[in-house]
Amino acid sequence: MTVSNNVGDWLDIGPVSQISPGNARTLPVRGGEEIAIFHTLDNQFYALVNKCPHKQGPLSQGIVHGNVVACPLHNWNISLKSGEALGSDEGCVPTVPLKVDAGRIYLLREAVIPSRTARKAA
Amino acid sequence: MDFQVGNESRTEDGAVILIPAEGVREHLVVVGNGMAGCRAIEELLARDAGRYRVTIFGAEPHVNYNRIMLSPVLAGEKTFEDIVINSRQWYDENDIELIAGDPVTAIDRAAKTVTSRSGRTVGYDKLLIATGSDPFIIPVPGKDLPGVISFRDMKDVDTMLEAAANGGGAVVIGGGLLGLEAAHGLTLRGMKVTVIHLMPTLMERQLDEAAGWLLKTALEGRGQTILTGADTAEIYGEGQVEGVRLKDGRDIPASLVVMAVGIRPSVALAREAGLDIGRGIRVDDHMVTSDPDVFAVGECVEHDGNVYGLVAPLWDMCRSLADGLTDRHTGYRGSVTSTKLKVAGLDVFSAGDFSGGEGCEDIVLRDASRGVYKRVVVKDDKVIGAVLYGDTADGGWYFDLLRKGEDVGEIRDLLIFGQAFASGGGQADPKAAVAALSDDAEICGCNGVSKGQVVACVEAGNCTLDAVRATCKASASCGSCTGLVETLLAVTLGDDYSGERATRTVCKCTSFGHDDVRREIVAQGMKSIPEVMHKLHWSTPDGCSSCRPALNYYLLCALPGGYRDDQQSRFVNERMHANIQKDGTYSVVPRMWGGLTNPRELRAIADVVEKYNAPMVKVTGGQRLDIFGIRKEDLPAVWADLNAAGMVSGHAYGKSLRTVKTCVGSEWCRFGTQDSTGLGVKIERMTWGSWMPHKFKIAASGCPRNCAEATIKDFGVVCVDSGYELHVGGNGGIHVRATDLLCKVATEQEALDYCAAFIQLYREEARYLERTAPWIGRVGVDYVKSRIVEDDEGREALRARFLFSQSFSQEDPWARRAGGEDAELHQHLAEVRPMEFVV
Repeated sequence: MTVSNNVGDWLDIGPVSQISPGNARTLPVRGGEEIAIFHTLDNQFYALVNKCPHKQGPLSQGIVHGNVVACPLHNWNISLKSGEALGSDEGCVPTVPLKVDAGRIYLLREAVIPSRTARKAA
Repeated sequence: MDFQVGNESRTEDGAVILIPAEGVREHLVVVGNGMAGCRAIEELLARDAGRYRVTIFGAEPHVNYNRIMLSPVLAGEKTFEDIVINSRQWYDENDIELIAGDPVTAIDRAAKTVTSRSGRTVGYDKLLIATGSDPFIIPVPGKDLPGVISFRDMKDVDTMLEAAANGGGAVVIGGGLLGLEAAHGLTLRGMKVTVIHLMPTLMERQLDEAAGWLLKTALEGRGQTILTGADTAEIYGEGQVEGVRLKDGRDIPASLVVMAVGIRPSVALAREAGLDIGRGIRVDDHMVTSDPDVFAVGECVEHDGNVYGLVAPLWDMCRSLADGLTDRHTGYRGSVTSTKLKVAGLDVFSAGDFSGGEGCEDIVLRDASRGVYKRVVVKDDKVIGAVLYGDTADGGWYFDLLRKGEDVGEIRDLLIFGQAFASGGGQADPKAAVAALSDDAEICGCNGVSKGQVVACVEAGNCTLDAVRATCKASASCGSCTGLVETLLAVTLGDDYSGERATRTVCKCTSFGHDDVRREIVAQGMKSIPEVMHKLHWSTPDGCSSCRPALNYYLLCALPGGYRDDQQSRFVNERMHANIQKDGTYSVVPRMWGGLTNPRELRAIADVVEKYNAPMVKVTGGQRLDIFGIRKEDLPAVWADLNAAGMVSGHAYGKSLRTVKTCVGSEWCRFGTQDSTGLGVKIERMTWGSWMPHKFKIAASGCPRNCAEATIKDFGVVCVDSGYELHVGGNGGIHVRATDLLCKVATEQEALDYCAAFIQLYREEARYLERTAPWIGRVGVDYVKSRIVEDDEGREALRARFLFSQSFSQEDPWARRAGGEDAELHQHLAEVRPMEFVV
């Protein structure tokens, strides 16, 4: 599936059923950062840039517990809510505003698409 | 408005008050005769009964009834008459015109009229939309068959009662609040009910995994079949529903299908009228829509970004609406909601936010013997969420603390024990709470030991946990009261007792060690991770990245063939069946039995390397080839290509049997004493695919020159003229450890049998992530010998258990993935191509 021409501030990336609880899926962005979308066992959804602040490990492949993901490379625990490394580790990965509406997942368009952000800033 | 001149009066200070005359009162038309519409009118009447002339349109041919009580009607606990809120008499007495069974189908805001299905057009001055919500019907084939209904109104209940009268099977699609209440009612009415729920947890919006598991277990105990993680493919039948087919092929016969997957604000009418619609009809704090003369309340509205599907917010909205309509604007500020499941005998409560987050702290209490799970989420010393199962007595209290945002810092330590404890005289110390227990309070449920008995035991000189366990037996069985017993030791001995448990716990989520957990899983016959966490009083709702993989392994080991592997508890490599590399790509290692290969395999590997542009191929230390730089999306295709050449997963990624390294042995080598290559192949065929506490390497050398380096492997065979030396517990890692000699055997078959038995002993007794070297360092090689060498019967039993377990695990995981299983693990959710990047 290719999402290319959604209108509005929110990008519809499909139904919640595409990500089973405890899992994450990825959303590559041409010209931008790949985004990881998480579904926790408590049925919450979060989106982060798919790069651990430590060594850029793909967070989407980590074990999700509570609202934390453990990076698959070196087991850093990253908060899904804030993107911050927990415990004694330091670092932060950007979060992407996400909302769930009527069973579908939406990401804030301008946080996803880099050129638009750049245009706005200009 | 047309005010008649004669109805003008003056107050003492001369202000003019206009009083609308009878007959020209403003006309308030209400669309919707449900709970919200009628409640709004009740609130209005209570404030100013004569203010408006009221007409109510209702789609159903009934007076106003309490929709949330449909469940008890279905269950036979109430009749329709019992749940009527306002009888005909109420409408008459308050001069309300009720047009029932004739829904409004159009609103003309310019002309200020509404038109009903029968063609009746009525003018309004003020319009209130209270259309509620529509059940969400999943778009599967057969959704329109007779016998497929939702659970929304009295007609649905009648249909269910008719179906129940004929008995047979019913399927409820949706394991949320509504679906479970429907399932409960139908079960009581004698139907065989199957609940199909897409998510793995029942009522996942209100409950966490732990409480959902308890609920599922309880409902199954009542005879319902609960299928979680089940996706409906189609509803089938000839002219009438006959059953439901799931996407995994399962088929459930049913004469009734109830769809209770969710509701959506009913906004079609408002949308056609051109009102501002988001997820619901958008209203301000006074329930005014984008048209100042049109109001909306209830489940059809969106307020401040929120829509509500519960009854409590509706009461708040109606109050604000009535205040506004009578010129004393107060304003609605949104609602905090709580949920209680209306199924007799099952106490389930949830409120607020329990998704966790920064600064949030979970306080969890599990009492397995009473079937109680309580979880309170605290942030900045305030309660922000609560989930209660089995004992909901304190639900109201927690909800009250939550709504009022009260500071609970003072009572934090006792909060979870409930209002009685936490408010009881400022005992800000859990020890005090235990000290306050009466002497006959039961401490150990398993052995029936009271607090008085434990204290007496301690006072008699048993000053350690072990001593207490040995004498009065408290905490000697399931161990779940260990914390209480320790607290009693501390209370009784004072400063003389400083705690003692030296065994390391599995992780910070539990006070149990690995061995305790394994013992209890077997002893109590536990079957799932949530069950273990519940029965062993886990302090977190769903564990962490340390305990989840450990529990998954322990269950897998305890229940060969009977446990469904939890992918969410697997480390990435085991979930993806490949080794993640630092750049996020994977390396792929196909199995080469005993290090042997052939042109066909080598060609297939070469082709894969070229086809997928693998930047590197390397010979591993375990005598096989490692293909680097494969993207997760390409893994299934790579595996399909390798499978086609007869190769299977090498499990180079797993806590499992890795390789069996061999030397060429007697077939070629001038020094070889036995066929070490052939033996290695046989061992690998026997042991591949097995999950273990940690990775496990084997080698077979053909002579004591030991070219296969068998004496630094987990299990090593060194062939000699007279037979086979078996070595165990070697490791070539950070701490190099040479093997211990286990024994010498005469035949190849014995070498295989001892190997199987040793692996099973390691699988059953080592701790998760403990290699054989530290394990044997801990238990001693003499212990291993006593089990494997000196106990023939025990060895044979271990071997048999290993082979039984292997009968379930020797299926190539690559073949399943190449065939399309778990495809979502490999595919991107979608791809974003901003316009400027679309070619």
